[in-house]
Amino acid sequence: MEAAMDLMRRISPKESETALSALLSLLPHHSADLLSQVDLPLQVCMDQQLMKEFILCEYNRDADSYRSPWSNKYFPPLEDGPLPSPQLRKLEIEANEVFTVYRDQYYEGGVSSVYIWEDHNESFIACFLIKKDGSRTGHGRRGYLQEGSWDAVHVIEVGPEEEGTAHYRLTSTVMLSLTTENKSSGTFNLSGSIRRQMSHDLSVAEGHLCNMGKMIEEMEGKLRNSLDQVYFGKTREMVCTLRPPPDGIQLRLPEN
Amino acid sequence: MADGGGGDEPEELSDKQKAEIAKWFLANAPAGEIQYVAKDVRSILGDDKIYEMAAAEAFPLHNKAHLLALEMPNRSGDVLIATYGELDKNNYFDPRTAQVATVDHVKQVCTTVRPANDDELPSPYIEDFRSTLDAELSKYVGETYPKGVCAVYCISGKDAEGPGADFEFVVQRDLAVNLEYRVQGQYAVCGNKRKDTGAHYFEEGNVQLDAKLECKDSTIFQSPEDSAVSITNIVRHHETEYLASLEASYVNLPDTTFKDLRRKLPVTRTLFPWQNTMQFSLTRDITKEMGIGK
Repeated sequence: MEAAMDLMRRISPKESETALSALLSLLPHHSADLLSQVDLPLQVCMDQQLMKEFILCEYNRDADSYRSPWSNKYFPPLEDGPLPSPQLRKLEIEANEVFTVYRDQYYEGGVSSVYIWEDHNESFIACFLIKKDGSRTGHGRRGYLQEGSWDAVHVIEVGPEEEGTAHYRLTSTVMLSLTTENKSSGTFNLSGSIRRQMSHDLSVAEGHLCNMGKMIEEMEGKLRNSLDQVYFGKTREMVCTLRPPPDGIQLRLPEN
Repeated sequence: MADGGGGDEPEELSDKQKAEIAKWFLANAPAGEIQYVAKDVRSILGDDKIYEMAAAEAFPLHNKAHLLALEMPNRSGDVLIATYGELDKNNYFDPRTAQVATVDHVKQVCTTVRPANDDELPSPYIEDFRSTLDAELSKYVGETYPKGVCAVYCISGKDAEGPGADFEFVVQRDLAVNLEYRVQGQYAVCGNKRKDTGAHYFEEGNVQLDAKLECKDSTIFQSPEDSAVSITNIVRHHETEYLASLEASYVNLPDTTFKDLRRKLPVTRTLFPWQNTMQFSLTRDITKEMGIGK
């Protein structure tokens, strides 16, 4: 398994799906581990009842059907698919509404979905997902990207409320791919993924949604900066090592 | 690609299928990482015979694609593993020293060298042109790229006694960058292709960068010395332009390209109001309807 994970890290992220499929066929007995540890781009499906798109993931799947956060129904239809409890469903509805506005503000397009379900003992788990196609044929407003996608998965484990506070543990993964094309500088493609964790104990005075939302916002900001710095940093490095500019190498530290 | 995962009974793959998968991983290993990938693949396959079969086919492809430079045992320099210099699977011609090097692809070393035979060498007329071009270009590469290795191959018409041959000039700048320039016959039309790749690993993930550029230029065929100088100038010009344009675009672009994926902050320039979202959303809708602002 270690060798498999190392391979996944080295092979170009653009080939992740092929690589994972290959590993699954070579190591069928490790499929559960592989599927849970490897990040793949998100897929989207249409809620046929409300005609709204929703994101697919392990957390809203049962057999081969997926539950839509909008209508709370499975597509393709499923007889006894598990549903969240009424209280959690209420929170889930609100979370989806609020997250839609958040997504609109930061992403100016794209699709988002939130799934919430019970964990043991008064804890619950919430999964916030965003899929954005930033290419000029997609939702890219400014048309700079030939191809561009941003997939974010945020999983928050929320512990039981104790004396007015709760423990929140966030694991975030962002998968990114972008291609810019320019007549004079050619084609540039950057793709990769980054995963980070963050834990906080917060007062529940303003509600779980507020706490989770702020954590996600903070985390996304940090991840975006890291990726931006890598892209910028890497291109700068390539440009500088091509040949040292006549007046010495100017390294500009990216603003945070 | 074999379809894996899914069914209850995992199908056992045939040796041939396993070898194909191994070959795919090896051939797609990033520049300079093939030995690590090889170790992983070997361990996953658990069958040395299949691994060796796959490696024997995949390594040469990888080495040629990345223009691997191998040191020749007699300290006469490096030989580039390039399709243009390939005499047969394990033997590669080095035009500068007129030698043929035998290599072990999997170990990525050069095992022996021997002087080239007359029929492997270009005609004196061609060689004159080639070596002058090589000298001029090598000088440029030496000045510009600290670790660069280059070679000029005559790829067609090597027995010609007059103009009309095609040459290929390749530079292996460092592990991740290949440059290829094609110089054609009479009019010395120069087409070029450069390929930069970079991988960046950090604790929390990995990111890979791929860059490509193609362009064309031309000059008139002249005496070897003059041609060499003008071709070198073309190469130098292209590289400088590329560098300048990269500098210009990428100093300004990152912020805007990332914005198309995710903004740094909302248009309001403040963090998202999680407490008052519904009110915020309402205000936003009203402003939109009344056409105020953007």
